[in-house]
Amino acid sequence: MGNVKAAGKIKSSDRYLDYVLVVLFVLIIIVTLYPFLNVLAISLNDPVDTMRNINFVLPRKFTLYNYQYVFRENDLFGAFMISVARTLIGTGAGVICTSMVAYVLSRRDFYFNKLFTMLFIITMYVSGGLIPEYLLLARTMKLTNNFLVYILPGLVWVYNIILVRSYIDGLPDALQEAARIDGANDVYIWGRIIVPLCKPVMATVALFVAVGQWNSFMDTYLYAKKLPTLQYLLYEIMQQATTKIDSHTASQQLTTTTVSPLSVRMAVTIIATLPILIVYPFLQKYFVGGMTIGAVKD
Amino acid sequence: MVLKDCGTEKKVKQKKIKQKFSWRLMYKQRYLLFMSVPFIIWLIIFKYIPLWGWTMAFQDVKPATFALPFFERTFVGFENFRKAFTDRIFVQTMINTIGLSILGIALETISAIVFALMLNELRYVKFKKITQTISYLPHFVSWVVIASIAKMVFNDGGMIDTLTGKSLKLMSTNSVLFWVVICIINVWKEVGWDAIVYLSAMAGIDQGLYEAAKVDGANRLQRIWHITLPGIKPTIVVLLIMGVGGALNVGMERQMLLSNAIVQDHAMVLSWFSYLRGIGNNNYGLGTAIGMFQSLVGITLLLIANKIASLLGESRLV
Repeated sequence: MGNVKAAGKIKSSDRYLDYVLVVLFVLIIIVTLYPFLNVLAISLNDPVDTMRNINFVLPRKFTLYNYQYVFRENDLFGAFMISVARTLIGTGAGVICTSMVAYVLSRRDFYFNKLFTMLFIITMYVSGGLIPEYLLLARTMKLTNNFLVYILPGLVWVYNIILVRSYIDGLPDALQEAARIDGANDVYIWGRIIVPLCKPVMATVALFVAVGQWNSFMDTYLYAKKLPTLQYLLYEIMQQATTKIDSHTASQQLTTTTVSPLSVRMAVTIIATLPILIVYPFLQKYFVGGMTIGAVKD
Repeated sequence: MVLKDCGTEKKVKQKKIKQKFSWRLMYKQRYLLFMSVPFIIWLIIFKYIPLWGWTMAFQDVKPATFALPFFERTFVGFENFRKAFTDRIFVQTMINTIGLSILGIALETISAIVFALMLNELRYVKFKKITQTISYLPHFVSWVVIASIAKMVFNDGGMIDTLTGKSLKLMSTNSVLFWVVICIINVWKEVGWDAIVYLSAMAGIDQGLYEAAKVDGANRLQRIWHITLPGIKPTIVVLLIMGVGGALNVGMERQMLLSNAIVQDHAMVLSWFSYLRGIGNNNYGLGTAIGMFQSLVGITLLLIANKIASLLGESRLV
C-alpha cells in the first residue's frame, strides 16, 4: 500500500508539468496561427481602416474589395491555371516515374541494379549547382518560358525513389513470384501488383511533389517569367509594394487612394495559400507517414 | 525459364548475386531495361551534364563564349577561384553563410528537440494531435507566402512594432540582427516538422525503461534527462552531421525573399553570390567556380563530421 501511495504522490507532483505544457502549447498554437488569421482578416478588411492598426484577427470593416481589385488588376486566373497545371501534371508524371524507377531498383536480380542505384544516390551528394543547371536549361535546351521547365528538371526526386523502394522491399515477395509463374512480365507486375500495393507511400510522394510544385518559385524566377505562377505573382506584387508599404509616410498617403498595397498583398497571399490550407487537414497524415518511413529507413 | 526465375528470386534477399553479362539475360530483363534506361538518360542530362559543367570553373566562359565547343574556350586555370576569393564581398558572404548556418542549426535543433520532448510528455491525446497538425502547417507554405507574412509582421510599422509601440527596425537594421530574425522565421516555419523525426525516435525507446525508472522513483524531468534524451542521441547526431554537411548550402530563395536593400550586406550567402556573379554579371565561369567551391567544401565537411561522429563512437551517416 505504501508503494502505491508513493507512486500516486509522484504523479500529482508531475501533474503540474501537464498544466504547464498545456499552457505552453496553447501559446505555440496562437503564435503559429495568429499571423495566418491576421493576414486573412487584413485581406477582408477595408484598406483605409486597416491602416489604423494592423493587429486584428476579425475584419473590422468587412469588404471583398481587395479581392476584386486583385482579380481586376492582375492576371490572377492565368497564374492560378499555370499553378494548377504544373501541380497536376508534375505530380502525375512524378508519381508514375518515381514508382517505376523505385520498382526497378527494388529488383535485386536486375543486372544493372547496383550501377543504376549508385548513379541515383550520387546525385544526392553532389550536384552541378545553380549556374551549370541554369545554362543547361536556359541556353543548351532553350527551355526558357517553356512549360516543360516546370516538369522535366524535377521529374523524380531521389529521396522519393528511396522512400518507395524501401516500401516495396517491405512487401512480400510471394505476390510477384506468383504473378511471374503465371507468365506476367515486369511491366505488368509493376502496374498491376506493385502500384496498387504502394498506394499509401504513393500518396505521400504525390503530396510531397504536389506541395513542391505548388510552392515553387525559383524556377519561374530563373526561367519562365512569362509563365507566372501564383507564387511568382505574389512575389511581383511584393516587390512593387515594398517601397510604398514599408514606411509610415506612405501609409498616410494611402488614405487618399482607394487601395492599399498591404491589403492587396494579403489578398494574394491568401489566394496562394488557400489550396494548401484546404487540402491540408485531410492529407496531413500522409505527410507524416512518409516522414516516418524515411526516418526509419535512415 | 520459369524455374530459373524462381531461383533468382530466392536469392534476391541475399547480398551479392553474381550475374554474368549475357544478351540472354538482357533479353530476359528487357522490361526492366525499358523501365529504367529512360530515367538514366534523364539523370545524365539533368544531373550529370551540370556536373560536367564544373569544367567551366577553369575556363573563361561568358555568354558570348558559352556556345563554343569545349576545347575552344580559354582555359584560365584557377583564375576564377582567385577572383571569387578576392571578391569585394566574398569575406562578408562567407561570414554570413557560416554564421546563418551555425545559428540556424543551433536554434532549429534545440527548438525541435524541446518541442518533441514537450509533445512526447503531453498526455491528452486529442490535444496532442491537434497541436501537432497545426505545428506542421507552416512547413507546407511557400517561402514567398512566408516572406509576405514575415514582412507584415517584422517590417517597420508592422505587427511587432504596433504591438510593442516601438520602432524596433527588425528588418531594416544592417547587422547580425537580420540573421536572428531570419533564423526565428525559419524556426517558426520548420519546428513542428523537424520535431517529427525526434518524435519517431522517442516512440522507439523501450517503454520498460520508463517503468523501471518510475519504480525507482524518478520524476518526469529525470526520466526525460536520463532516458528520453540518451534514447534520441543517435538521431540527433545523424541530423547534426547532415546539418554540418549542408552548412554552406544556405538557400538563396529564402535570403532573396526576406531581405531588402538595407540589410543586403548581412543577407548575402554563397549560393546567391554564385547566382549574382554567374548570371547577374554574366560571368558563367566565375559563378560556376563559386558553386563548385560551395559543393566541395560541403562534401568535405560532411565527411569530417561523419568521421568525428564515428570516432566518438556514435552512429554514422555515410
